[in-house]
Amino acid sequence: MNSIHDMGGMHGLGPLDQADNEIVFHAPWEGRVMAMARAMMAGKHFNLDEYRYAMERIDPARYLQLSYYEKWLEGTLTMLMEKGVITQEEFDAHLDKLSDAGS
Amino acid sequence: MSSDASDGADAKTALRVRALESLLLEKGLIETEAIEELVDMFENRLGPWNGAKVVARAWTDPAFKERLLQDGTTVLGEMGFDTIQGEEMVIVENSPEIHNIVVCTLCSCFPWSVLGLPPVWYKSAPYRAEAARDPRGVLREFGTEIPADTEVCVWDSNAELRYMVLPERPAGTAGLDAEALAKLVSRDSMIGVTKVAPP
Repeated sequence: MNSIHDMGGMHGLGPLDQADNEIVFHAPWEGRVMAMARAMMAGKHFNLDEYRYAMERIDPARYLQLSYYEKWLEGTLTMLMEKGVITQEEFDAHLDKLSDAGS
Repeated sequence: MSSDASDGADAKTALRVRALESLLLEKGLIETEAIEELVDMFENRLGPWNGAKVVARAWTDPAFKERLLQDGTTVLGEMGFDTIQGEEMVIVENSPEIHNIVVCTLCSCFPWSVLGLPPVWYKSAPYRAEAARDPRGVLREFGTEIPADTEVCVWDSNAELRYMVLPERPAGTAGLDAEALAKLVSRDSMIGVTKVAPP
């Protein structure tokens, strides 16, 4: 699988940033998405290899822009929808409800 | 990227995560308690203090060290550090002749059971790219200068196989017991980007 994720040796990906590297989750949502992904795999809705593949398939330009846990969210949504566990409509409905409620 | 832009993006993502959680809860596919337990485990209970214990024991018990280097998976399992997804563990030993550094060029594979979750920089594109291409340059960025006649060995982790570095025991530690030694061992020294500083 030779996609953008295969980064070993690549040039031009920017300087190393060591800031804030002791913080485990930079926002609560990061921990939640990590836990949900693991729970979904524990529930056998998808396996780890498929999950990794879902992230490797992210559009290369997006892949480079998304943060680490944003990629986890994207991978989880892709897996759950491809497996028919949830639909885009159901997700959008929950998103609309929360947006209307004014988080 | 301005902090406004990243805050906006962050708020959007937070909302999407809440939407997913609310949907999965409604479908009975997750339980809030289980989610919170997982977050707590990864945020508070898994961490490099585990790896530090292993290092300190290896420094003070040569027979243990030999077994650890031969079969990391089994020996770590005996200490209660089972790998989470059944992956193998290999411990690589630093010496005056060889300095080891660990990366996962494809994603973020990391020895979670002994080091906890990886730091942001380990998962970042610059580290994944540069560690493979210019490890001495990366080491320099962490303030670690490796002599030209010491070999630098880069280990690329994968889903099935994770690495932990056994750093060199620093000078001035002859009188310390394993518990005191463990306190000196940093996570970064077990990834291989730094050495353990003398006390």
